[in-house]
Amino acid sequence: MTAGPWKMESQRAYFGKALIDLGRRNPNVVVVGADTTESIKTIDFGKSFPDRFFQLGIAEPNMISVAAGLAAAGKIPFAATYSVFGSAHTYNVIRQNVAYTNLNVKIFCSHAGLTVGPDGATHQMNEDIALMRGIPRMTVLVPADGPETAKCVDAAAAMKGPVYCRFSRTNVPTVTSAADDFAIGRARVVRDGSDVTLIGCGLMVARCLEAADALKRAGIQARVINLSTAKPLDIATIDRAARETGGIVTAEEHTVVHGIGAAVASAIAGNHPVPIAMVGVQDVFGESGEAEELLRKYGLTAEKIVDGAHDVMKRRDRKR
Amino acid sequence: MVDVSEELIASLKKKAVTLRKHIIRMTHNVQSGHPGGSMSAADIVTALYFHILRVDPKNPTWPDRDRFVLSKGHACPVWYAALAERGFFPVDELLTFRKLNSRLQGHPELGTTPGVENAAGAEGQGLSFSVGLALAARMDHKPWRVYCILGDGEQDVGQTWEAAMSSSKYGLDNLTAFIDRNGIQQEGRTEDIMPLEPLAEKWEAFNWHVLTIDGHDFRQILAAIEEAHRTKGRPTAVLSRTVKGKGVSFMENKIKYHGAATSDEELKLALAELDAQEAAI
Ligand SMILES: Cc1ncc(C[n+]2csc(CCOP(=O)(O)OP(=O)(O)O)c2C)c(N)n1
Repeated sequence: MTAGPWKMESQRAYFGKALIDLGRRNPNVVVVGADTTESIKTIDFGKSFPDRFFQLGIAEPNMISVAAGLAAAGKIPFAATYSVFGSAHTYNVIRQNVAYTNLNVKIFCSHAGLTVGPDGATHQMNEDIALMRGIPRMTVLVPADGPETAKCVDAAAAMKGPVYCRFSRTNVPTVTSAADDFAIGRARVVRDGSDVTLIGCGLMVARCLEAADALKRAGIQARVINLSTAKPLDIATIDRAARETGGIVTAEEHTVVHGIGAAVASAIAGNHPVPIAMVGVQDVFGESGEAEELLRKYGLTAEKIVDGAHDVMKRRDRKR
Repeated sequence: MVDVSEELIASLKKKAVTLRKHIIRMTHNVQSGHPGGSMSAADIVTALYFHILRVDPKNPTWPDRDRFVLSKGHACPVWYAALAERGFFPVDELLTFRKLNSRLQGHPELGTTPGVENAAGAEGQGLSFSVGLALAARMDHKPWRVYCILGDGEQDVGQTWEAAMSSSKYGLDNLTAFIDRNGIQQEGRTEDIMPLEPLAEKWEAFNWHVLTIDGHDFRQILAAIEEAHRTKGRPTAVLSRTVKGKGVSFMENKIKYHGAATSDEELKLALAELDAQEAAI
């Protein structure tokens, strides 16, 4: 697969629509909201299924526990809001009422990462993958684009147990198609190559593909992996990439502290350690700005991924 | 006042003494746990498990059972004692409480202990969880009801009031909350730590039907439940005036016994007192 020109689409729109489709097929699906339902598009589910939609106000801990109670009585609740409120603000409620109970609660959060934009650092959640990966039993999904967000909805409902899924407020490049197969726990090689591996999640998958194009112009064949499940990690695919390409660059719209880069590094450390470079938010808070400006300022670019690729290849070749 | 027989009251009183003895023994055995708040709730728990709740010890996850949610999870000794006495698991197992590999965790765990309906430990989540259960029952047109016990210390927690608002928004008349108003939390009296009064008015302002009772008087407990069942369109909060450590004179109203077990000497005294109470019934 080559990069661009991208069709830009809304993950929230795909999410909202997928939820309604799912609701039609499965009467057990219910939705709880916290005064952000218009923005995150769950309000449309509420219009289609008013009896299965609960607006609980600005009370996210309550929203999560109510979802847990619904799940304990056999429902499949989707709790959706912005990622800062759906993860950090409710962390211990998720831990105790959702994960420890191993209940069938699906937490779907938009507004992840820097690309929230002008709202600034209070709303730019760059730590949620880290928080949610740390909780036992939690499945953590980071869909690359709109179509994959829709697949996450279906796959989350089809599995038993807690799920956290994060995606963007901003429109993102569509890099997958409805026909692509998707499974929770499987990383997808979206472009083959043997010189270096670029592993991205969320909107950074598109950046990885752009970087792979640039590297190709320099004669370097980069493998690109879409890591849409941040937990459980697809260790087999990551290991194979480490073995076959000898160097990895990770790219995420998230802090590099305990994000997917750290997850990949710890996964390969036990089996096949290779040089690794991590593109992501470097342990700082964001700030107000437009999405693209912020990605550039904080180094979440194809150029940085290319730099990372050259860096890991140099380190690898020095050792050889 | 509901018409209940002397025999019923006597048998409930006896059962409550039995639960209190278990609480004392369990916490003494492991020299940890929270006897005070377990004992203050013992009469309400007894009334529920031995007269009200439709549950099936042989089939703890029977879908149509009533749900009991203990929001103040540290008081789980009283829950475990009631479940064992009700036949959900052997009474012998109570002494494994808080020990390695036990099904009776220091705070309730869902899925491990037969009959336990929620995980609790961090205060303030149980009423919200109950709201979810009550909503589900209503969606499915099921008659089962949800009973939740909250501590008065839990009234400090913001989420309690989030839950209170959502319960009345949805008119959850299948939800009854008992507030164990023993006046003491972990480090002191509620009115010193964080004043709660006027508490009944607070719940009323949140559009709950509010009853105030003596939480150690079975007639009042049963009457309150009956009134809750009769109340339509609103959840009922039963402000239950209780005594922390109730049943053992030297533990009553003592902040210390929130989270302290009895010594060997105290154990004897406590059990002797409870035996005497049992004999007097
Ligand atoms: C969120 C949270 N903060 C602190 C604690 C520690 N803690 C355990 S019990 C307790 C006091 C509980 O008081 P109350 O709810 O009145 O219970 P009771 O007195 O009936 O035992 C505290 C502060 C906790 N369990 N959860």
